[in-house]
Amino acid sequence: MKYLCLVYQDEKELASLSQRELDQRVDESLAVDEELKRSGHRIASDALQPVATATTVRVRNGKLSITDGPFAETKEQVGGFWLIEARDLNEAVQIAARLPPAHFGSVEVRPVWDIRNQERRADR
Amino acid sequence: MLATLIRLLGDCDRAEEALNDAFVAALERWPTEGVPAQPRQWLVSTGRFKMIDRMRRSARFDASLAEIAERLAPAGAPDPAAADPNHDEDGVADDRLRLVFTCCHPALPADGQLALTLREVCGLTTEEIARAFLTTAPTIAQRIVRAKAKIRDAKIPYEVPTHADLPARLDPVLHVVYLVFNEGYFASTGESLTRLDLADEAIRLGRLLHELLPEPEVSGLLALMLLHHSRWRARTTGDGEIVLLDHQDRALWSRAEIDEGARLVEAALASRRFGPFTLQAAIAAVHAEANTAAATD
Repeated sequence: MKYLCLVYQDEKELASLSQRELDQRVDESLAVDEELKRSGHRIASDALQPVATATTVRVRNGKLSITDGPFAETKEQVGGFWLIEARDLNEAVQIAARLPPAHFGSVEVRPVWDIRNQERRADR
Repeated sequence: MLATLIRLLGDCDRAEEALNDAFVAALERWPTEGVPAQPRQWLVSTGRFKMIDRMRRSARFDASLAEIAERLAPAGAPDPAAADPNHDEDGVADDRLRLVFTCCHPALPADGQLALTLREVCGLTTEEIARAFLTTAPTIAQRIVRAKAKIRDAKIPYEVPTHADLPARLDPVLHVVYLVFNEGYFASTGESLTRLDLADEAIRLGRLLHELLPEPEVSGLLALMLLHHSRWRARTTGDGEIVLLDHQDRALWSRAEIDEGARLVEAALASRRFGPFTLQAAIAAVHAEANTAAATD
C-alpha cells in the first residue's frame, strides 16, 4: 500500500536557521532517505522551494487564471514529500516518525487512492 | 466470531455479511444434518468461504476483487485456527483484543473510537449507543461508517501493537473504556445520576482487557471502576438526590467490589510501573476501606 507523507514545517523557522544548521537538517533527511531507499520503502521523495515561489493555476469556463502562492495562509507550509510503500498504516506511521521533519514540523500520512484499479460500483 | 472474521477478511462490513451468510447456512443445514461438533468454528469457516465465493463471483466484473479473494483463500492450506480445536478459545480472545486496539486506534477521531468500540466490541446496536449518549442513531451511524471507512482506506491493521508501541497505544484504549464508564457513572445528561448499563459495559470491557493484557494500568483502571461502582447504591436517595460521600450509608457499599478493587490496586502498585489510573484507584481504595468518613486514612 502506498502512502504519501506530506511534510509540513514553519518556513519562518526554517529561514531563521544558519547555513550550518540548515545543512545539518538536509543531511539528516538525506540519511533517512537513503535508509528508506535501501529497505525498499521509498518510492519517491523531494523537498520543495518555499511557498513564495508557488503559482496557483485555475481554469474556469475555459479561462485561465494565474495567481501567486497557495490559496490559504497557514502557520506551517508543505515543504516536501515522501511517497512510500508500507504494509499498513502502522508501518507507515513508524516510517513517518523516522522522518526528521516530524521532529520539528509535522508529517501528514495520506493513503494513496488507487484510482486506476478502484472498484467501480454501478451506483456511481 | 465477528472479531475472528474481521481478522480473516480484513474488513468489518465483509465480516458482518459473512457472519449473516453463515447463520443462514446454519439455519438451512443444522436442522437436517445436526449441529456440528464445533459450532462456532463451523460458522466462522462457513462465513469465510461464503465471502470468498461471493468475491470470486463478483470478481468476474472486477480484477482487484479477484486478487483479494485469492489472497484470502491460500490454495489448499487449511486455516490453522480451524484445524486445531484448542486454538479456538485463545484465538477468539486474541481477535477481540486486536479489535479493541483497532477500534481505539489513535488515527481515528475520539468520538469514532467510542462509537466503534461499543458497536464492534460490546455489540451494542447503533440505537442503544445513541440512547446512551443522548444523540440520534443517524449521528452514531455516521461516526461508525466514517471510522470504518478510514480503517479500510488508510489500511489500519487488525493487530495488537508490538511491545515497543504498547504504552502509547494502550492509552487511548484505557481512555475509551474510562469514558464509557464515566458516561455511565457520572451521567452528564439524562434524568438519573447514573446510567448503569454503560458503567456495567465499561467494567465488562475492563475485565476483558485485564484478562487478555494484564498490564498494571489495566488493573488500575479496572480497580478504579470497581471502587467507584461499589458505591452506586449509596450515591442517590430514593428520589434521585445526590448523597455526598460523608453522608453515604456505607452498609450499602458493595464489599465484593471493594475487595476486588483493593486487590487489583495492590498488585498494580507492586509492579512499580503504574500510572494515573492506578494512583486514582489507590486513593479511591483508601476511601472505600474506611468504616466512617472520619476514619479515612
